Amino acid sequence: MSRQLNRLSARMNQLKKKKHKAFCAFLTAGFPDLKKTAKLVTEFEKAGVDILELGYPFSDPLADGPTIQHSSQEALDRGISVPAVLKMMTGLRAGGLTLPVVFFTYFNPVLAYGPARFARDARRAGFDAVLVPDLPPEEEHGFQAALRQEGLRAIFLVAPTTSRARSLKIAQASQGFIYYVSLRGVTGARKALPADIASHLKFLRARSQKPVLIGFGVSTPAQAKELSVISDGVIVGSAIVERIRAARGQIGPVAAYVRQMVKAVRSLSGKN
Amino acid sequence: MTSPWHFGEFGGRYVPETLMKALDELTAARKAFNADRKLQDELQHYLQTYAGRPTALYEARRLSESFGRGRIFLKREDLCHTGAHKINNTLAQALLARFLGKKRIVAETGAGQHGVASATAACVFGLKCVVYMGALDMERQALNVYKMKLLGAEVIPVHSGSKTLKDATNEAIRDWVTNVETTHYLLGSVVGPHPYPAMVRDFQSVIGRETRRVFKQRTGRLPHYLVACVGGGSNAMGFFHPFLKDRSVKMIGVEAAGEGVHTAHHAASLTKGRPGVLHGMKSYLLQNADGQVQLAHSVSAGLDYPSVGPEHSFLKDSGRVRYEAVTDREALWGFQLLTQAEGIIPALEPSHAIGFLKKLMPRTRRGETVVVCLSGRGDKDIHTVREHLDV
Repeated sequence: MSRQLNRLSARMNQLKKKKHKAFCAFLTAGFPDLKKTAKLVTEFEKAGVDILELGYPFSDPLADGPTIQHSSQEALDRGISVPAVLKMMTGLRAGGLTLPVVFFTYFNPVLAYGPARFARDARRAGFDAVLVPDLPPEEEHGFQAALRQEGLRAIFLVAPTTSRARSLKIAQASQGFIYYVSLRGVTGARKALPADIASHLKFLRARSQKPVLIGFGVSTPAQAKELSVISDGVIVGSAIVERIRAARGQIGPVAAYVRQMVKAVRSLSGKN
Repeated sequence: MTSPWHFGEFGGRYVPETLMKALDELTAARKAFNADRKLQDELQHYLQTYAGRPTALYEARRLSESFGRGRIFLKREDLCHTGAHKINNTLAQALLARFLGKKRIVAETGAGQHGVASATAACVFGLKCVVYMGALDMERQALNVYKMKLLGAEVIPVHSGSKTLKDATNEAIRDWVTNVETTHYLLGSVVGPHPYPAMVRDFQSVIGRETRRVFKQRTGRLPHYLVACVGGGSNAMGFFHPFLKDRSVKMIGVEAAGEGVHTAHHAASLTKGRPGVLHGMKSYLLQNADGQVQLAHSVSAGLDYPSVGPEHSFLKDSGRVRYEAVTDREALWGFQLLTQAEGIIPALEPSHAIGFLKKLMPRTRRGETVVVCLSGRGDKDIHTVREHLDV
């Protein structure tokens, strides 16, 4: 893979041309184990997932609700490490995986690995972007430069509490897509999502060329559809992780759920 | 680095985007609060007529004699209302919450002292108070849990991770992210994202200012040494800060070495940690090679924290303050020594500072002076001490 051709940016362009909405799926790396994670990734690609967000566990995930906290802790208890995840990714790319993959983690594991070394090794393993939920654009400019140098996209988040002026600055800093946090709170499936996000998204999409994906709290096909109407796609995490837990090692039920979500998002193709 | 968010390479704002607005608002409110004469007068009023300030500076003659060298003074924060220095910060932040128009506060607590002080300040200013506390700490500090409930606070047990202060802090932050527009996070130490470390330090600096003024009045000079315990480090930071420019004053922060810094059971983040990011700040952190946070251990719940205030990290690297570690056993020795020599029962946290005197005092000369910040009283720890000491 050449440095010029970033899979995430290429995918976003392709979706835009086809007027497709994006479906981004989240997985906790190493839950229930790394072999299963690799299997889920390939199944997700087959199911039509557009982007994969691979969550590297951290002991203190303060933006996450109980579902991802517990899956992270279990992966840590089994002894997950950054090198093991990089190795898994290298193997998936060698096996022909073309799905754009985002490395999601809190900043401390990156700091411990060495930010520049992390950027280099993540790119070599076949990651396309990095998302660090406790890293606002103001911090760690050295790390951000290292990501750019490697051709990795740095994704930043906009929250419902973010002022309009600030959200434009974040939009400028964010690459690949802008991650719009749907609610005030931590990750986790919700029955109802707040009603006040539509106007903020309208503003953001009118003023920035970059695609905006909505995450946090999304779990049903109806929600995915509703949110895709006002954005460029959705990110689903906890709802997938909950189904992985319920499936007790089986891949089938998880893939079926993901196909259902992809279908809901795809049904909006052709709409802005 | 010249960033107002940082102390050298430490500090900063490593938080989810949802909190950035609240931190900006808090930064602005802090500035307005500091400039508002009426609010400052109101804070002074509460500190003097309610919290019991200024606190005494006591020369501990019998304690000094037990070492036979320098003179030891105690800054008696244990005499504050609710039994520790924590009330200095909670009264100020509760006033700030009122100023921000927020009616609900959340707090984390380890030993329960900050939880009690938060619940108390919430009573004074008519705020709803929710305290997150590790399930293990709730067992160790049952008395403080009961006190918080008596004061009308809701105490929520935290069962994740180590079930101590670190995890209580995670949960308090998660609550704040969820209720950010109605809730003020009343952080209890000089930790967390900017502006908390600087703000809490300023609210605690009353300790150092009083010490400096009274010590000078009484002896005509400045002390040779300042000694304070460091968990998150708020009593130490407030005690040290007004003396930082006094180059002759040597300062020592005492961390909890638990069962020993060469074991896996300690809380000595400055002595044994590496710079890392936890709870919104970059600071020294106990972590494994992969950057996962390690569990801290100390006999004292208030020091049982795997990181430390970022300004302490900065002061360590700059060499201005020296940091030492004292074991559970040495702290218990200090607890007994102060109790029997002076009739003052200290909390286990400052017992670490007293325990350190065994190393420091033999190096002092007659006429040299040492001021120890006695950050809290020991009533809450009697239960724990009883398990370790026979009398």
